[in-house]
Amino acid sequence: MEATLSLIEGLQCRECGRKYPAEALHVCEFCFGPLEVVYDYEQIASRLSRESISTGPATIWRYKELLPVDDESPVDLGAGFTPLKRAERLGNELGLSDLWIKDDTRNPTGSFKDRVVSVALTKARQLGFKIAACASTGNLANSVAAHAARAGLESYVFIPSNLEQAKIVTTAVYGGHLVAVNGNYDDVNRLCAELASEELTWAFVNLNVRPYYAEGSKTLAFEVAEQLGWIAPDHVVVPIASGSQLTKIQKGFNELAKVGLLDGDPNVRISGAQAKGCAPVANAFAAGSDHIRPVKPDTIAKSLAIGNPADGEYALEAVRSSGGAIESVTDDEIIEGIKLLASTEGVFAETAGGVTIACLAKLAASKVIRSDEKVVAFVTGHGLKTVEALAPTSGPTITIEATLEAFEKAIANEKRG
Amino acid sequence: MSITVRIPTQLRSLTGGAGEIGVEGETVGDVLRALEIEHPGLNERLFDESGKLRRFVNVFLAEEDVRFLDGLETKVVTGQVVSVVPAVAGG
Repeated sequence: MEATLSLIEGLQCRECGRKYPAEALHVCEFCFGPLEVVYDYEQIASRLSRESISTGPATIWRYKELLPVDDESPVDLGAGFTPLKRAERLGNELGLSDLWIKDDTRNPTGSFKDRVVSVALTKARQLGFKIAACASTGNLANSVAAHAARAGLESYVFIPSNLEQAKIVTTAVYGGHLVAVNGNYDDVNRLCAELASEELTWAFVNLNVRPYYAEGSKTLAFEVAEQLGWIAPDHVVVPIASGSQLTKIQKGFNELAKVGLLDGDPNVRISGAQAKGCAPVANAFAAGSDHIRPVKPDTIAKSLAIGNPADGEYALEAVRSSGGAIESVTDDEIIEGIKLLASTEGVFAETAGGVTIACLAKLAASKVIRSDEKVVAFVTGHGLKTVEALAPTSGPTITIEATLEAFEKAIANEKRG
Repeated sequence: MSITVRIPTQLRSLTGGAGEIGVEGETVGDVLRALEIEHPGLNERLFDESGKLRRFVNVFLAEEDVRFLDGLETKVVTGQVVSVVPAVAGG
């Protein structure tokens, strides 16, 4: 019976091609390469159309045929289908005539991580796990704690102890176990990688269920194409932490073409954005190297502070093969990027979004992005998560006594400059 | 030097299920190559044909990535722990 045929064929090593069943596995036992979900695209193409998608829910689950888990009631807080906004005022500032902002600050816990976590925990629950866990720079922590609460799963979230206060509070509130580790994200990640070998009953969203988790990021590409009227943009700018999101956005556009939802090949140029204080992928791009040298992160963009990016080399390949570039920006430029986006478009991004906008500005100035390209910049987390970064330079423009006289005097002074 | 090597789940089929193995060696590379003596097949998993660590194999000495030290040439002293860890995605 056609309706019961699985759309997933299993997992396959991206490096050596060895095949595995669709279980809680993330690393090839032979070469340690990452495992990827393999789909039956013919089956998917026969079931999916622009019309069938348009009647689906306004969440990532409208694309469920292209996601690696089939579940009638997914672990869902409403992630996805966030606004794609025409950014005319920002475009004018940067000399770009067709600029769009994918506003992923508008997810349930304020970042794109809700997309990947909704997929990961739905799969984890289906595989029988009762405990959800993750290593996080903050956004993933928020999302895992919230979705685990929603699903009635126990959660263990591991974070670097120096994380922004807001990200700690907005994880702790959901009531799971929150483990602060003295060290940076790469230390936390290593600890969790070792723990995953001991705690076999835990679903580490970015470890043993990572092949499913990572697929959630494809929905960013699906939505952009649908929201543009089923066309792919000419150029996208994506922040790089582990590099997974960038590679999955490329995969998303390619899959849409493969199942017949786009006319012709997508040909999307993909550019990456990093903070100078943690730019292992940008460094490799600039040096013309295929090899990523890990770094020790030192940046206010903590959600991008991964010094040893697992998918860095794949991200590099995606950027180079598509004709994009990778930029990096200083902490001051990140703050300027946040303020520029906020003051031109009314969107408040976290530091990672500042990285994206500041890199977008540089790529536009250097003409890597052509002025007439249809460009989408991915703003993937909300500014309220990283207010500390803005606090020193953002405050009242005037402070006065509560009298009309004081106000008029202050305004007159301000006008005089 | 007597060193403990921590083995990830993915390789435990070659160690009879053991998560920690004691071996001798002067450098990280020595220690990892020495695993092969008792556990044939392990080296093929860790190293490529040219003898370099595979791209997705991370090795830590006392919590530090050996790429920040002297790589496989990093000297080890008795009692230290070497961890083999698959690369992981994050965020």
